[in-house]
Amino acid sequence: MALPGDSTVASRRPKPAPRAGDGEAGVPVTRQVTHQVRTEEDLLAVRHAVRAATVEVGFGIVDQTRVVTAASELARNAYVHGGGGSLTIEQVRGPAGRGLRLVVKDDGPGIADLDTALTDGFTTGAGLGHGLGGARRLMDEFTVHTGAGQGTVVVATRWTVR
Amino acid sequence: MSTSEAAVREQLTRALQERDEEIADRWVALQLEQALLGTDISEAELREEADSLIDALVPGLESDAPAERVVTSHPGLHQAVVGLSLRRARSGATPTATSLAVLALKEALLKAVQRETRDAEELFATAVFINRLLDVAGALSFETYVEGREEIIRRQSQQLMELSTPVVRLWKQVLAVPLIGTLDTARTQIVMENLLQAIQDHEALVAIIDITGVSTVDTAVAQHLMQTVNAVRLMGADCVISGIQPSIAQTIAQLGIDLSTILTRATLADALAAAIKLIDGPGPGGDEGESR
Repeated sequence: MALPGDSTVASRRPKPAPRAGDGEAGVPVTRQVTHQVRTEEDLLAVRHAVRAATVEVGFGIVDQTRVVTAASELARNAYVHGGGGSLTIEQVRGPAGRGLRLVVKDDGPGIADLDTALTDGFTTGAGLGHGLGGARRLMDEFTVHTGAGQGTVVVATRWTVR
Repeated sequence: MSTSEAAVREQLTRALQERDEEIADRWVALQLEQALLGTDISEAELREEADSLIDALVPGLESDAPAERVVTSHPGLHQAVVGLSLRRARSGATPTATSLAVLALKEALLKAVQRETRDAEELFATAVFINRLLDVAGALSFETYVEGREEIIRRQSQQLMELSTPVVRLWKQVLAVPLIGTLDTARTQIVMENLLQAIQDHEALVAIIDITGVSTVDTAVAQHLMQTVNAVRLMGADCVISGIQPSIAQTIAQLGIDLSTILTRATLADALAAAIKLIDGPGPGGDEGESR
């Protein structure tokens, strides 16, 4: 039942993923697959895996594109700013319907000023500066756990029914 | 090196020199018999491989290197094993078959030594030595095989990248690039180079970039598109982006990317119409045939 690709099922996390901001603790996770994000090719693999997962969950074409694009932004951030990381795709079941949750982690320098980072047009690199804020707009729930020198964990969920 | 090992080496060298024909014959026969080969390696080629490897074994054994390092430290021998493995990889044999084929040489060698002596002790020492010597060759061949395949994959992905970004001439002074798949940094570079060169060659005035086949446009892809558009404009041509799917249009808008400075059209046909209009311009006098 594993998704195709060179991914590992994430069951051996060193520490539980911080999910404090998500609220509704105990949303059942029906499936969980982790992909490493170390190279630009990994981004391609991640997009394919997320696309397959959105189809499986039953998203329409627009939502598929939204979630894949958000995943691409977040994974690229982990790769470019965090020096590589991982993206975990979780299929979740909420009170209203199914959903897809992306957990993107990196052990990079972290984000010192999160509010500024979420501002459109702000960038520390050569990008457009719409990635993080844009990804937030594309998803229903969006939490960032970060701080200078702490790495970054982004948890983003989109539901089939809102 | 213990004296018994020196004796073993000597005996093996003698067998290799005196019975080289026999060893090669048997090795080739074993490989054919085990049907270890992929598709199109002929018996003559096998024979040639066998001869060169056996020839290289003799000087290899003369070195002081321990048995495990003979194959890797002797350049000629190393080259013979690597060459053999690469040929197998290209001809489509499996990696298992390739290393088993190399390991079949053990049996051929031992048989030849058996002709020289029947002493169990001596034969045992020889067998151990041959194992040490050739297990490394089997491993090396496996490694080389995998590297050979990876090289092929790398080359193909390179070729694919260039193949999949053709620049086509749609109309007088109108070029189009149909993009398919994804647009990363490397691909953008190739598209841009091809496109700018084609603009110069065809003295084109409009370049259409069609992204119907691009499934995801995130900020990085959008940025790459904008870079390309800017470069096209620097060449004095106009750029039209076509084939933006409804779902991608919504996503781009939500992401907050501003493409309003770029001329966009829903379909390639619309883009071509827009391009022709751009070329014809308002017309200097604006009198004849301007009713469209």
